Amino acid sequence: MALSEQEVLAGLAELIHDETGLPQDQVALDKSFTDDLDIDSLSMMTVVVNAEERFGVKIPDDSVKDLKTVRDAVDFIVKQG
Amino acid sequence: MGILEGKRLLVTGVLVESSIAFSAARIAQEEGAEVVLSSFGKALRLTSAIAKRLPKPAPVLELDVTDTAHLDSLADRLREHVDGLDGVVHAIAFAPQSALGGRFLETPWEDVATAVHTSAYSLKSLTMACKPLFGDRASVVGLDFDATVAWPQYDWMGVAKAAFESTARYLARDLGKQGVRVNLVSAGPLGTTAAKHIPGFDQLTGVWNDRAPLGWNVEDMDPAARAIVALLSDWFPATTGEIVHVDGGVHAVGA
Repeated sequence: MALSEQEVLAGLAELIHDETGLPQDQVALDKSFTDDLDIDSLSMMTVVVNAEERFGVKIPDDSVKDLKTVRDAVDFIVKQG
Repeated sequence: MGILEGKRLLVTGVLVESSIAFSAARIAQEEGAEVVLSSFGKALRLTSAIAKRLPKPAPVLELDVTDTAHLDSLADRLREHVDGLDGVVHAIAFAPQSALGGRFLETPWEDVATAVHTSAYSLKSLTMACKPLFGDRASVVGLDFDATVAWPQYDWMGVAKAAFESTARYLARDLGKQGVRVNLVSAGPLGTTAAKHIPGFDQLTGVWNDRAPLGWNVEDMDPAARAIVALLSDWFPATTGEIVHVDGGVHAVGA
C-alpha cells in the first residue's frame, strides 16, 4: 500500500528524534535539515539508513545530497513507497 | 568450503554499505568467517543499522582507537562474541580539516598529531589490544593509500599513511615470531564516505583514469575487499610487512 505524506512525516520525525533528540513537532515539511534542524552529515546518513529500513525504500547516496528539506525527503520516500 | 572457514575476525571501519570494510566483511562472511564489527561515537548507531545488511547480521562493539579504556577492555568485550581471533581489519583514518586540502605549510602540530595517532599509531594499538585473543597464527590487514609520493591535497593524511606503512613493517618485525602477519592493501581512490570528504578527490581519480593499466572503477570496492580477505586467509602464510597494491597497476607505471 502506498505511504501517505503524513505517515512518512511522522516516521521521519521519530527517526530524527531517535538520532538527535530533537522534539518530533519541530520536524515540519518546510524545515531544512542543516540550517533549521542542525543535522550533520553523519546523523543524516543514520536517518537515511533507518528510513530505508522503516519505509522499505532505497535512497541512493547521490540522492541524499538533494534532500535539503524535510519535504524533499518526504516526497522522495512517498514516490518510492 | 570458503577460504576463511572457521576464522574469527574483527572488522573496523564499517560505516555504510559503500565502505570498503563493509565489502570486506561481506566477502569474509561469504567465505565462512565469523565477523564482529567495531565503530565509535555517533557513528555507532549507523554501523549498527548497516551491520544488519550483512549476509549474517554482525555484532558491533564500541571502539575509539585513541581511547585507552576502550582498547584495554576490547579483548574482554570481544570474548563475549568469539572465543578467539584469527584476523583484524584496520580501516581507520582521520585527519582534522586543516590537515587536508592544500594548506600543508599551515597545519598546526596538534592536528598532525591527531591524524597520526588515529590513522597510524592505531594500527599498533588495535593489534596489541586484540593480541590476547590470537592463537598460533593471526593476520592483521590495514587499508592504505600509497604514501611513497606526495599527492594533491592529501597533505598530512599522506604523512600519516607513510607512518602507517612504517608501523606495519615494525609490527611485522616484532610480532612475526608469534605468528602474527601484518600486511596492507594499498587501494586506488574509492568513492567511500571517507574519500568524499577529502578535498581534491577528483584530482586523484583523474590520475587513475589516465594511468591505470587495468583501468580503475572508483565505485567498485570488491577488488580491495577481496585482497583483504585473501591476506586474512591461509593463502599468504609467509607474507608479512607487505603492501599489496590494488590500484589497477598505477604504482608500477611512470606516466
